[in-house]
Amino acid sequence: MIVLLGVLVVVIGFATKRHPLLVVGAAGIVAGLLGGLSPREVLAAFGKGFADSRSVTIFAITLPVIGLLERYGLQEQARNLIARFAKLTTGRFLALYLGMRQIGAALGLTDVFGHAQTVRPLAAPMAEGAAERRHGTLTDAARERIRSCAAAADNVGRFFGEDVFLAVGSILLITGFVNTTYGTHLEPLHLALWAIPTAVCAFVVHGWRMLRLDRQLERELRAAGGSTGGDRPTETTHPTGHAGNATAAEATE
Amino acid sequence: MIKAEWFYWLVGLSFLVMAGQMFTDRSNAKRRGTAAFWGLIGVGFIYSSWVVNGRAPAEPLGVAVLVMVLLAGCGLTGRGTPRTTTPAERTAHAARFGSRLFVPALTIPVVALVCAVGVARLRIGGAPILQEGSETILGLGIGAVVALVVAMVMLREKSLSVPVSSGRSMLESMGWAMLLPQMLATLGAIFQVSGVGTQVGKITTAVLPDNSLYIAVVVYCLGMFLFTLIMGNAFAAFPVMTAAVGWPVLVEHFHGNAPAVLALGMLAGFCGTLVTPMAANFNIVPAALLELKDQYGPIKAQLPTAGVLLGCNIVIMALFAF
Repeated sequence: MIVLLGVLVVVIGFATKRHPLLVVGAAGIVAGLLGGLSPREVLAAFGKGFADSRSVTIFAITLPVIGLLERYGLQEQARNLIARFAKLTTGRFLALYLGMRQIGAALGLTDVFGHAQTVRPLAAPMAEGAAERRHGTLTDAARERIRSCAAAADNVGRFFGEDVFLAVGSILLITGFVNTTYGTHLEPLHLALWAIPTAVCAFVVHGWRMLRLDRQLERELRAAGGSTGGDRPTETTHPTGHAGNATAAEATE
Repeated sequence: MIKAEWFYWLVGLSFLVMAGQMFTDRSNAKRRGTAAFWGLIGVGFIYSSWVVNGRAPAEPLGVAVLVMVLLAGCGLTGRGTPRTTTPAERTAHAARFGSRLFVPALTIPVVALVCAVGVARLRIGGAPILQEGSETILGLGIGAVVALVVAMVMLREKSLSVPVSSGRSMLESMGWAMLLPQMLATLGAIFQVSGVGTQVGKITTAVLPDNSLYIAVVVYCLGMFLFTLIMGNAFAAFPVMTAAVGWPVLVEHFHGNAPAVLALGMLAGFCGTLVTPMAANFNIVPAALLELKDQYGPIKAQLPTAGVLLGCNIVIMALFAF
């Protein structure tokens, strides 16, 4: 029972807003020592954990090319492009992205889309561009909201698409665990089929929420428009809007 | 054969080069700590190859990881002023290059796609071209390298230091959030070996009343959800909750349809992944990448969807799995 103190360290650490790295490091040491590991084994566990989990950081390999393209106006061009499709509102665009992400993941293409390679350079600026065309200048709160929704569309699409694909890690984990532990012969195909109803629910629920986003943005921006008006010099023309905001974000850090 | 390790070395090497740039960046008040942090990650990425194949001890890497944690946790890392283009220059570049700018950006997903569906099946002399089991990572890595070449040719950018310093600015602005996913994966592994899962399984079995199918379904799904919240990963929660409730109670005692019970249980766990900061690579890293002020922005955007889908999984399981 005492090993659960490690979990408690995490919960208290996050709840009291300590630095996440310190919280996780401390929790690992506490759980490891209480769980009967020697200090040396705890160190080895940290080393081995880092080595085995490098794949989650491999997206860093895309940062130089994305950074280079952003220097040359990739995000601005993404906004320009979306401005040509008058019917594509922020909500409709994000629902479309959600659908594409789900289908891609269901075909096993989980890493074709992603936060570093498609959300930051393309999906987020396009969603913002669509909102700027419709509502004019965005408030910082609206901009944050739209970017968060772009990240959310990627996550929901990925999670509730990938299990429809047979060879994905989670399906193989289920068959691997159950077949070795209980001596059964579950087929990945049957598990994948049972992922379809939830995938449909995910598209309907999250897609509907994205479509509602347009109306929410309109209401919020109309309310904000009355008080703050257009007196934000860095954000009055739409192609420079993002860059202005990025410098503002940097200044506050 | 193209191996995943090569791309880990490439990532490690670029972290080291970026650390060199950080060290000489006088606009960063904390340049030494920043350079040490990223330099250690770079060395760690390369050293890890020998840890994975068992030829080097893991303990020195563990020490390095704890030093990284202290560097970032004690606020010794920072960021310099990015030397980049002004908004006006970007607008001018966008007007000049137009939609050609999308070509390198789309090269990454297209190459990843080609690798995943095409190259993965090709063999030379009986050996696969891409290391088996790592095709998607390799696709992303190869896609990024090809895209960089395409972009530099198209933009007539001669110096490799320009993309490297652009990437470095992004790294500096994301900061410690980049290391958090790997730390959490490590924590999950430590929780596993120290028996946290066994304890959670015991507690779950203790609170479960006998002979109530619907309560058992709710306990299994909710247990997957909550345990995923703690671990940040449904994969860690699945064996624990399935051994405690899913298999013995739902499948054996109530004769549930095993594929339906297990697939929906896993998806209930995914609802937990959507709302926990412990799943940092999905929830915290994107907030840093998108330069959000609120690092919980993506989680807040996902919370209602996760709640409704958890309910959907419970209802679908209760109605159709028995």
